[in-house]
Amino acid sequence: MSDETTTGLSHRKLLIWVFLGSDCMFFASLIGTYLIYKGSGVLHPGPADVFDIPTTSVSTFVLLMSSMSMVFAYAYLVRDDIKAFRIWMFSTIIMGSTFLGFQVFEFSEFYFHDDLSPQTNLFGTTFYALTGTHGLHVTIGVIWLGIIFYSSLFRNTVTSKTNLDLDLAALYWHFVDIVWIVIFAVVYLFGTFTGFPSS
Amino acid sequence: MSVEIKNQSNHIDESHSHPKPMTYFKVAMALVILTALEILVFYFDWLGYGIIPVLAFLSIAKFAIVVMYYMHLKFDSKLFTYVFMSGLILATVVILWLMALFGWFV
Repeated sequence: MSDETTTGLSHRKLLIWVFLGSDCMFFASLIGTYLIYKGSGVLHPGPADVFDIPTTSVSTFVLLMSSMSMVFAYAYLVRDDIKAFRIWMFSTIIMGSTFLGFQVFEFSEFYFHDDLSPQTNLFGTTFYALTGTHGLHVTIGVIWLGIIFYSSLFRNTVTSKTNLDLDLAALYWHFVDIVWIVIFAVVYLFGTFTGFPSS
Repeated sequence: MSVEIKNQSNHIDESHSHPKPMTYFKVAMALVILTALEILVFYFDWLGYGIIPVLAFLSIAKFAIVVMYYMHLKFDSKLFTYVFMSGLILATVVILWLMALFGWFV
């Protein structure tokens, strides 16, 4: 059995890093578009009318904790402690799903109570495109982690020898976390800060 | 030259020492503190435009901590860092360029 590659590194791991690098550019285009258009419309509502920072802070905390849970799952799998791995894996999936629940709640509040749809104004269009794309990434991550968890529970195919499979999923999961770190600061905090001289 | 990977394990990269669970917990606490600071400064209206560098610093710190410790770039091959940083730098340039094109800096 040989692990030799031309780079001395796993091709699959190199590929996920290439993908994450390219996904940075994808999110950059969405964040850039949001920034340049959010204040250009004349129609309300705007960011300050709809964002609820305390609620989003809680969902941000949940996503950060899911990243911690994910590294614990990986650390215990590498140590062949399958029981602890499953507990932390399940916890990560629950926290990821909770974050998605927050997003569904937020979107429904904006849509039904604040009359903000993607067609309302440029802020709505770019906001839903950006956070919706991030939510889609989180959903894919939850499904990916769910498949690994299912494989561990019912097929016993997840062991320390196959930890690369979990490592790739974990890298993707942490990536959605770092994208949210940027979105939380740029979209939510900058978007509603009331201390700017013009506001 | 063999390029085939038959083993699904990650032991090529495991040759580097990864942090212990307690280190991961400390990192998580650092992230919580930085997030709390972000939310705290958000309510300091007197900061004015000063909030931009403050929030940028806090966000970059959180971003770097997750990438270095949770994504293991601090411990893994430098090639992964170069690949990811290439995308990240291009992404930053894209945002700044778009903002410049639309008159954000004038």
